[in-house]
Amino acid sequence: MATAVPTALPLRPPAHQVSPRAVRWWQLRALVTLVVLVAPQVIVLVAMGGSAPGWLAWTAGATAAVTLVYTVVVPPLLYRIHRWEVTPEAVYTLSGWLVREWRIAPISRVQTVDTEHGPLQQLLKLASVTVTTASARGPVKIHGLEDHAAAELARMLTETTQATPGDAT
Amino acid sequence: MTSDTDARPALETPWRRLDKRMLVVGPLGSLVRFLPVALIVLVTGRGGDPMRLWLPVAIGVLAILAGVVRWRTTQYRITAERVELHSGWLRRQQRSVPRDRIRTVDLTAKLLHRVFGLSVVQIGAASGSTAESSGLSLDAVTTAEAERLRRELLDRSRVAGTAPAGDAVADPPRPRATELARLRWSWLRFAPLTFSAIAGVGAVGAAVFNLFDDLGLNPRDITAVDDATERLTHTPIWLTVAVLAAILVAVAVVGAMLLFAERWYDYRLTREAAADGSAAATSGGAGIGTGTLHVRRGLLTRRSLSVSEQRLRGAEVVESLLLRAGRGAQCKALSAGLSRDAQGGALQPPCPRDEAHRVASAALREHPQEITLAPLRRHPRAALLRRMTRALGPTAVLVAGVFAAGAAVPGLAWLGPPSLLLLPLAALLGLDRYRNLGHELTSRHLVSRQGSVQRRTVALQRAGVIGWTFRQSIFQRRSGMVSLEAITAAGAGGYKVLDVGAADGAALADAAVPHLLTPFLATGPEPGP
Repeated sequence: MATAVPTALPLRPPAHQVSPRAVRWWQLRALVTLVVLVAPQVIVLVAMGGSAPGWLAWTAGATAAVTLVYTVVVPPLLYRIHRWEVTPEAVYTLSGWLVREWRIAPISRVQTVDTEHGPLQQLLKLASVTVTTASARGPVKIHGLEDHAAAELARMLTETTQATPGDAT
Repeated sequence: MTSDTDARPALETPWRRLDKRMLVVGPLGSLVRFLPVALIVLVTGRGGDPMRLWLPVAIGVLAILAGVVRWRTTQYRITAERVELHSGWLRRQQRSVPRDRIRTVDLTAKLLHRVFGLSVVQIGAASGSTAESSGLSLDAVTTAEAERLRRELLDRSRVAGTAPAGDAVADPPRPRATELARLRWSWLRFAPLTFSAIAGVGAVGAAVFNLFDDLGLNPRDITAVDDATERLTHTPIWLTVAVLAAILVAVAVVGAMLLFAERWYDYRLTREAAADGSAAATSGGAGIGTGTLHVRRGLLTRRSLSVSEQRLRGAEVVESLLLRAGRGAQCKALSAGLSRDAQGGALQPPCPRDEAHRVASAALREHPQEITLAPLRRHPRAALLRRMTRALGPTAVLVAGVFAAGAAVPGLAWLGPPSLLLLPLAALLGLDRYRNLGHELTSRHLVSRQGSVQRRTVALQRAGVIGWTFRQSIFQRRSGMVSLEAITAAGAGGYKVLDVGAADGAALADAAVPHLLTPFLATGPEPGP
């Protein structure tokens, strides 16, 4: 063993947090998942009545319990982990829960900047910003920003990239 | 059609049509595709049925009409800035590729096209934004025109110059070509070691079956086949299995060799210098040329792939397990605009390993020790644990599943003990995957190796890295490891360095592309978020 003590990844976390309302957004999404997963099982249970297999009630209960625990525990955790930062040189994000992911894309290689408002995000006045480079593997996404902050960020990024010469490959 | 000859003729490039011969080749191509259907209708239809005669005629007329419409509605032009293609009748399509985005030009001439002296031109472009199309194809122009387009489109020194108008303009001077590699028939021995051997079985089988089917024959009607089937059904089962396996292997070997010969006949890799040849060593550094790498190959279907050297972002040497056992390998180019299939960007057929590294070195103009043959740094022991867990974990679950199935269904109980054999195999795989992990930073390239069933050694130009992704699972976080991925516009879009020490990974990325990562490095020892 060369290194006795495991070292942390020597990257500092990005400067900004996402909107606190993002917690609500993640929770709502988890609840939607809950409905999608549990509703069919409940429907089958009700429809078949007494002849439904015994394990179906168990799986329905287990699915509901797991998703509910996720809804309570994980979104606040995600909020603490998810961070982003844009400097004049680069876009830098940190995301993920079980698998953390740091992404860095130089501003000079940015090709397009998209903002996106899903139905749930519109409800909470949130938006996601996707920064695409020339690579198929490279998009850097910032989820759960305040919608006006996202618009401002997209505008700023678009201006910066247009000022940069070259075809960004 | 657009013929504004009066307004600024120097800037207005006239639209051109595909070659007239497409009026014949297009319908013929569709007819060949419909031939089996027509034959079946002709053979199986009853005598008095009028459909029997009219259906093939209708198909023929439709094919000719479609060909004429397609030729009439397809137009292309190459201006100083872009290549434009308008096509379609009811649904007009307008595709346009900026010339400075063109990375590769692919010429393909299938047998029918070759007979008529035509080639399909496939233009591959860097696909970044979704608004721009990632390429377009001209099906088809004369082979001479295709060759002219190929040279012109990849020659960036001419982009700003004269807009080519048509055949009247003199061809660009034939560039000086240096041969880097050519086919040796002894490489045929590597053909059965590739995955295409399996495809070979499928291809030969399907061809034979199709032939019988198209001729309306049942294989059992042939006495020899019927006799063989009879005899097989009376022999013990192990002999039947052995005979069938032997036949399958023989077909695979022959099929793979045939495929190899069809694909790589008259293979040649050349480098064509830029037409003006003046800007030999530009800002990119001494190792970057301005020419074009040119791969030509094919027996029935002639293929030609051209990769602009300025846009070449590196090379990879790929060794599948069998190929590795036979000390063979294959070198592929990393560039944007290459097709994503198995042969995409192949610079050579499967060949001896030394030859693969030699071609990589010749293509990149680097010493092999600077790229794919660089002595690589081993990864930490914790990486071994992770490879083993990932190989053994799913296998253990599978074996447990087999035993559970055996317990539940008595008829499957015999499957349990043999499935235990999978465990040592998985362990060997994990060990090999660990042994193959490696990375190094050379003067101009990031070299990374991984994989066992498909071992890839990638040499990616450091200047071609346009971003980084670091990934760390909770297990990796505990053992202080990280996987990083260099993002690039070329090839697969990202190339990974699996399981390096966290500090080493950050240092590697920081050193490979100066200044990009530096502002985000933690200044002092601080705990993660």
